[in-house]
Amino acid sequence: MAMLAVSDLHVHYGSIHAVKGVSFEVDEGEIVTLIGANGAGKSTTLNTVAGLLKPSSGSVEFEGEGIVGVPAHKMVSRGIALCPEGRRVFTEMTVRENLEMGAFSRFDDEARESRRRIYEHFPRLKERKLQSAGTLSGGEQQMLAMGRALMSRPRLLMLDEPSMGLAPILVQEIFDIIKVLRETGATILLVEQNARMALSIADRAYVLETGRIVKEGSGADLLKDDDVRKAYLGG
Amino acid sequence: MGFLSNVVNGISLGSVYAIIALGYTMVYGIAKMLNFAHGDVIMVGGYLSFISMVYLGLHPVFAVLIAICGCTVLGILIERLAYKPLREASSLDVLITAIGVSYLLQNLALLIWKSDPKVYPSVIQAEPLRFFEGQLIISPVSLVTVLVNILIMVGLTLFTTRTRMGKAMRACSEDKGAAQLMGIDVDKTISLTFAIGSGLAAIAGVLLCSAYPTLMPTTGSMPGIKAFTAAVVGGIGSIPGALLGGLLLGVAEIFAKAYISTQFSDAIVFAVLIIVLLVRPSGLLGKPVNVKV
Repeated sequence: MAMLAVSDLHVHYGSIHAVKGVSFEVDEGEIVTLIGANGAGKSTTLNTVAGLLKPSSGSVEFEGEGIVGVPAHKMVSRGIALCPEGRRVFTEMTVRENLEMGAFSRFDDEARESRRRIYEHFPRLKERKLQSAGTLSGGEQQMLAMGRALMSRPRLLMLDEPSMGLAPILVQEIFDIIKVLRETGATILLVEQNARMALSIADRAYVLETGRIVKEGSGADLLKDDDVRKAYLGG
Repeated sequence: MGFLSNVVNGISLGSVYAIIALGYTMVYGIAKMLNFAHGDVIMVGGYLSFISMVYLGLHPVFAVLIAICGCTVLGILIERLAYKPLREASSLDVLITAIGVSYLLQNLALLIWKSDPKVYPSVIQAEPLRFFEGQLIISPVSLVTVLVNILIMVGLTLFTTRTRMGKAMRACSEDKGAAQLMGIDVDKTISLTFAIGSGLAAIAGVLLCSAYPTLMPTTGSMPGIKAFTAAVVGGIGSIPGALLGGLLLGVAEIFAKAYISTQFSDAIVFAVLIIVLLVRPSGLLGKPVNVKV
């Protein structure tokens, strides 16, 4: 049984039909990526799974239970964390406070243990733990956003455009971290505009176009696919 | 009255404004709305403590506690019934509703407690303190007001920087969506903010009525508007800003009354608001607003 099973999901943003019958699955231990152009419905899909948006129809099952209608703040304790697009760290709070917020649903000693692990993954965050998050660079903020999402020890981690707005060297760094996370057995649903990077680390991938899935396959196969190369990999 | 007495009175009045301003500023910070009914919660706090002391003959300490509990519940109810259904509505709808709640509270008070002014017995019965051969007279109410203000400011600062719920409040005020993703129940946090703000309004009501002992259904509206002004002058959303704005307004008002004109004192106070906002549109301690395009 898939860890996450989304079927025939429809989402409206006011009068805009942003997601039109999307179905996909994520198995435990996999990295699955949704790729596609701006406005294809990738982020909308993630936000709906996270409970921030209500679908007009369709179902979302996590570990066998329907989670449509579960409010966003209850998703964390069910084991789903979303690292949102644009990072959205709490800029006026310190790095450590941001991480504490990530473990809001956890007990103090668990949170402390999580924080220790995050500082291992992201030593730069430890150096800056008392700095306010607004003073961090874009790459550091992305690390903080990912660390914050990991604080709740999610069974499913969803990353929305983690490489957005970052210099190429930092993009590489972020993807290296995602690889490390995969080695620790994390299950990751990744949304990316940087299709080449995403496909190169994904076990499986889905291609979204204007709210529909138009292609699916293993990351390696899609990297070689002619249509995908033309549309998303620059020929 | 000497200059020093005016300073003391200004700081004392300013402390009341600061305590009220906290309610405006905290609610604005989290719910991004102006709760215009906040001033009337002060009035309800005044009446609740008045009834407890005069009609029920309770000790002032219990009267204050009853006022705090009553206003806290009232604040939570107002948010639940009037504002929560409008979470997705435009800010203009919420503003009109807030003004409506304000009139509702005033008119309910008129219905229940009638329009005749009540003479409020001070919660603090003690002789004024005299210094410098009577040059400086400090009333015990002033002293208590300033002390309570300091306690509240320190307490709130510790609450928002040291406790889990306090930090959650700051997270919500910055980004509600991201806060939800952390597992923070935004509705509960908003309720808590209204509860704290209204509890503080009750304290402000008691202190205000002890210093200016006339209690009417409209007692809260003018101090409410001035405290709102104080919150804006200090930088709405900022707790130290509420303190600074409150003190500034209190001192300006007392000085205007003492040295310029009693009739024009309110006009002068609001002129201060206009000048500050011309120079610093986001208030003394407010952050410039970045409008997202």
